[in-house]
Amino acid sequence: MPKLKLPAPPIPLPKPLPKRPGAPRQTPVETATEAGISAVDWVDERTSLSGAARWMMFRKVPRGTNWFYTLGSSTMFAFLSQAVTGVFLAMYYRPDAAGGAYESIRYINNEVFLGEFVHGMHKWGSSVMVILIFLHMARTFFFGAYKYPRELNWGIGVALLILTMAMSFTGYLLPFDQRSYWATIVGVNINGTGPLVGPYLSDFLRAGPEFGATTLSRFYAIHMLLIPGIMAALIGAHLYLVAKLGTTAPPWLKPSDPVKKEEKA
Amino acid sequence: MNKQEKESYLREYALMKQEGKPFFPYAVAKDGAMAAVVMLSIILMSLFLGAELGPKADPTTTTYTPRPEWYFFFLFELLKVIKPAELVQLATIGVPTICMILLFLLPFYDRSPERRPERRPIATTAGIFTICAMGYLTYLGAHAGPPTQIDMETPPALVAQGGEKLEQFEAGKQVVTQSGCAACHKFGENGNDGPGPDLTDIAARLPEQAIARTLINPTAPMPSFQNLQEEEPEKFDAMVMYLSQLKGE
Ligand code: HEC
Ligand code: HEM
Repeated sequence: MPKLKLPAPPIPLPKPLPKRPGAPRQTPVETATEAGISAVDWVDERTSLSGAARWMMFRKVPRGTNWFYTLGSSTMFAFLSQAVTGVFLAMYYRPDAAGGAYESIRYINNEVFLGEFVHGMHKWGSSVMVILIFLHMARTFFFGAYKYPRELNWGIGVALLILTMAMSFTGYLLPFDQRSYWATIVGVNINGTGPLVGPYLSDFLRAGPEFGATTLSRFYAIHMLLIPGIMAALIGAHLYLVAKLGTTAPPWLKPSDPVKKEEKA
Repeated sequence: MNKQEKESYLREYALMKQEGKPFFPYAVAKDGAMAAVVMLSIILMSLFLGAELGPKADPTTTTYTPRPEWYFFFLFELLKVIKPAELVQLATIGVPTICMILLFLLPFYDRSPERRPERRPIATTAGIFTICAMGYLTYLGAHAGPPTQIDMETPPALVAQGGEKLEQFEAGKQVVTQSGCAACHKFGENGNDGPGPDLTDIAARLPEQAIARTLINPTAPMPSFQNLQEEEPEKFDAMVMYLSQLKGE
């Protein structure tokens, strides 16, 4: 495969010298550029964020980084897509077990502009995210990326996996059609069979001993507030550790690999 | 990994990193291309597969199929593999919990410094086995739709008797087939063998009242049919009557 040639990373240029008096006036593009630069400077002077951005973007990734290393970030994009489409669905959704929930989803599908499209993106995006998260986990597993010094990042990943599954479990009830209603009843009952915490967990999910009107709003709150908040924070920590520790090199490459050195020369 | 191994790893890694390229724009370009593929697939799936809404949820209904999202199929199938009732607890909550704990602690019990998959035979085999097992269970789950058909013979005594009893029997059979019982129970040749017990000869094991009690107040994961009993008692009674005639073939 021909190597993709990309420009060298842009290094911030020194500030241009002021124009000589009598030089032609600035073009609008120049004015706009300058305004942008000074706005960024203004923020940076007060936050020093440019250091963090440079640390994140201009860190080196090891030689041999390949397409398998895109699975983590594509999981993140699937998560972001779920977040954005979810916000639009929440604008119309009503967690009303007496029929309002079902009606509001029907309204989204049939009346709202692009409603079914956004609903479909959210629905299929969940499958895509689950597939990607498993692929990403398989990659880190087979590459031995969970070993020293990245044990903690693996642990955060497992928490993210559990939360992703919890998202799809709580989301499945929300359309409140036959499938989702009965599948969730069975699911909550299964939770109830667990030792020790099982019965408490299912009582918590149902908001009581019976599947009632508040069950739906409880699932909704967990699905759209509680878990996404925790996940966003954990993804932030996950990415911080990725940048801090660096991503692993493919395990079959060694720095002193003479064949590779030749190839490079 | 001992101290020396840790240090040698860090040294080697630092060299690999030196030979590498900056994250921006090289890795960002790949990540961006992959993100575009992901977004495109989501959009295409949404356009072509849509977001169908089933019939409205109805707690008193008798026509439902308790089917989870496809990526939970493997859990549901796991329920069926583990038969004895004492072990159901273990299957439903125990196995996933143990798997998650094992996964979480992986870096702490797999402490060898080796990272190449082909030189970690145990880890690699276990990983491939897990993937195959989950794939196989998902495949089973996808193909094990709850059949809405029960071809068990009507007891000859009932046929001879005819009349109201036979009618109730047929009505009960219809309620049972429509209620998705076969998703968890076996009836003669039909239905899934698990997670619930075989109901082919349920009447030989349980008296009629006990069957009714089970339906109203079952052991999880079986759903309760109390609503049906309260709102449509004749359907419920028909179902119980039907079950109380199943004495095996
Ligand atoms: C989600 C799966 C599921 C569904 C759906 C389901 N059951 Fe069950 N059922 C079970 C399980 C699991 C048990 C075992 C509970 C136990 O061991 O106490 C059970 C037990 C029973 C028993 C007691 C059997 C015995 O030997 O003690 C009867 C009777 C029964 N179910 C009837 C039905 C009927 C009738 C339907 C449909 C209207 C139905 N079930 C739907 C899972 C299910
Ligand atoms: C919401 C879910 C997740 C997101 C958004 C995410 C994101 C990322 C990203 C962007 C990376 C950078 C390298 C790469 O892309 O491969 C990464 C690395 C990593 N992830 Fe995740 N991840 C998630 C879930 C998981 C899970 C479930 C695990 C495992 C149980 C995991 C374990 C790891 C490990 C060990 C690394 C370091 C890999 C290396 O250094 O080579 N992550 N993650």
